Amino acid sequence: MVPLSWYLILAAALFCIGVFGALARRNAVGILMGIELMLNAVNINLVAFWRHIGPDQMTGQLFAIFVITVAAAEAAVGLALIIAIYRQRNTVNVEEIDMMKG
Amino acid sequence: MFLFVVFALIALAAAVGVITSRKPVYSALFLLLNFATLAALYIMVEAQFLAAVQIIVYAGAVIVLFLFVVMLIGGGELDDIGGRNKKFLARLTWPRGIALVLGLGLLVAVGYGLLSGQLMTATNDAAAFGQGSVQAIAAVLYTDYALPFELASILLLVGMIGAVALAQPPKKD
Amino acid sequence: MTLPTLNFLAILPLLILVAATLLVLLADLVVRNKRVLTFLGLLAVAASLAAVLLVRPAAPTFQGMTLADELGLFASVAILVATGLALLLALERTSDFTRRPGAYVALLLLATAGMIVMAKASDFITIFLGLEILSLSLYILVGFAQRDARSNEAALKYFLLGAFASGFFLYGMALIYAATGSTNLAEISKGIASHSASLPFAPLLPIGVGLLLVGYGFKLALVPFHMWTPDVYQGAPTSVTAFMSVATKTAAFASLIRVLAAVWSGDRPWLLALAGLAVVTMTLGNLAALRQTSLKRMLAYSSIAHAGYVLTGLAAGNDRGFEGALYYLIAYTFMNLGAFATIQAVQRRDQNDVTTEQITGLSTQRPGLALLMTVFMFALTGMPPLVGFFGKLYVFSGAVQGGMTWLAIVGVINSAIAAYYYLRVTVLMYMGGATAAAGDIPRTGWAVWTTLVITAVATLALGLWQQPWMESIREAVTLLALR
Repeated sequence: MVPLSWYLILAAALFCIGVFGALARRNAVGILMGIELMLNAVNINLVAFWRHIGPDQMTGQLFAIFVITVAAAEAAVGLALIIAIYRQRNTVNVEEIDMMKG
Repeated sequence: MFLFVVFALIALAAAVGVITSRKPVYSALFLLLNFATLAALYIMVEAQFLAAVQIIVYAGAVIVLFLFVVMLIGGGELDDIGGRNKKFLARLTWPRGIALVLGLGLLVAVGYGLLSGQLMTATNDAAAFGQGSVQAIAAVLYTDYALPFELASILLLVGMIGAVALAQPPKKD
Repeated sequence: MTLPTLNFLAILPLLILVAATLLVLLADLVVRNKRVLTFLGLLAVAASLAAVLLVRPAAPTFQGMTLADELGLFASVAILVATGLALLLALERTSDFTRRPGAYVALLLLATAGMIVMAKASDFITIFLGLEILSLSLYILVGFAQRDARSNEAALKYFLLGAFASGFFLYGMALIYAATGSTNLAEISKGIASHSASLPFAPLLPIGVGLLLVGYGFKLALVPFHMWTPDVYQGAPTSVTAFMSVATKTAAFASLIRVLAAVWSGDRPWLLALAGLAVVTMTLGNLAALRQTSLKRMLAYSSIAHAGYVLTGLAAGNDRGFEGALYYLIAYTFMNLGAFATIQAVQRRDQNDVTTEQITGLSTQRPGLALLMTVFMFALTGMPPLVGFFGKLYVFSGAVQGGMTWLAIVGVINSAIAAYYYLRVTVLMYMGGATAAAGDIPRTGWAVWTTLVITAVATLALGLWQQPWMESIREAVTLLALR
């Protein structure tokens, strides 16, 4: 079997790539993709821990299912917001969407 | 072991692809590849139901949604992180610098936490078989996790109302 | 397999809110007069409040997913009161900013449901779901001011940063789950207490708690995770800002208190980290508030500073500090809601903000509004005998008792800085010559007056009369059993 720590390091690496993507992108859709990567990395963690800590307890797996639900709802709302703002400004670049200062 | 390494490398490569592609459509497709490899990893730890959900929800719903939006707002170019024409340092503006430091710091911290624990604890493979099946999950989901299940339905209601309220163009006066 | 007995009485307040949401959405299709929807919402909030106060199930309920303890009760009451006042505040002016009054009321009720879940949750899964329900509803509500181009922008910023923070929140939860083998707060507490050294992934615990704190930091707008706050508070419809600035804080702080009590080790370094966070939060919030000309932006920075004061109570690490933090949350609910209600009353129908210029000389045109605004500004400053004073007193004395006199001193200095910009508002209202034409300020309807009077009376009365409900706070803190 694959050692647990391999899964965790994979998850940590994916999470960090997601964080970098979310911070470095300027396109709102690109940022959202980075956030989806982060949530998926957490899911790898949860599933790996479920397998390792207590296969008789389902917590990790169920948590992962709820995370997927949340990620889907978040994507739906986020993309709706992006469409709404695109309709108004004709751009989804977060550096151009900046009327407020101070 | 071999399969894990292959899938892990594909997942990492796809993730890098997601955040460096210049075309948003490519990004979305890389994201799809990433999700699919993760589903394969879930099957390897015998979480079959989760693997199916991963494919159905992410590939079937989320990615399609992303692609729809990308098409709707005209695709265009994402900003170019992988940059071909500029020097690396010139592209390293401060939010990216912070992102890089933060990402690496997190990786080091988690890696240290893992290594200072037990490096090679093998996965506990006793008595796990069947715990990832639909029956096993349903049995706890509708009993012990009844409240979170109901809350998830409220969450989806919020998402529904929100998507309708936001995406519908406002009526003219 | 036997089905467990589900104690639905324990979530009765939630059931009422969700049922009312569906009813509002249905009524939206048939009712012509949209005010009926707000009244339906108010009715639901009242029923839910009654359910919270009258139905006391035995804790814990739903397989340990939620707790029905005093802290949950306390936070639920504060959240429901905030919702009721926010609905009342928008009653006459919903059509000013949105053409979807049904969705507005529905989302406000759902956000309330999410907050109550979060405040009562005793399992990471329920905490996370509660947080997401309230966050998603608020992302959408922030974008509801259709006439203000900044509203959409605020919603997008709030969404992107909020979703980003959720990632950290979840990662922290996953690591704590790894370190202790459970997502239930009671189990986690037991796991840490019994064999902290022998846990296989014990080193992951502090990293997990740290990441969780980052997540809470974003939701509570603690410096350095506060960047979204001024933009979001300014862009959101004023009634939404009033609601989210107080109710989100109550829910997130209640949840943070629970989590801290569970992973509590009483370690000095952790307390010092919280204290450091409190210091930068107060100081930066107050300094940034000094140079704002938009009242909503000023109150946004001031709300960051107030989060710092509450955090001071948590950093004290003793019962007194926690009691102070809870008292402060209640005090803040009334005084800040009142301040935003005044802004709502003064702002023009086609606007979504009030500048300092617009309130100059307000006392000559609207002496009543000016007087009430003065009360709220004095309360936010921390003048005795208003609630704000006692909130600060309890929080700072907790810090002194916890051996952090320096923290209390920093807090007092900060209150003095804050006094400058709060009192400036008062001075402008009374001393400045009138600049705005009287016709600019719309007639203040009965609903806004009711909101203003309730908050003002509470701001006064809860300071003078605190015996019975301070006891309830003490009980709530005692039940947490800090180690």
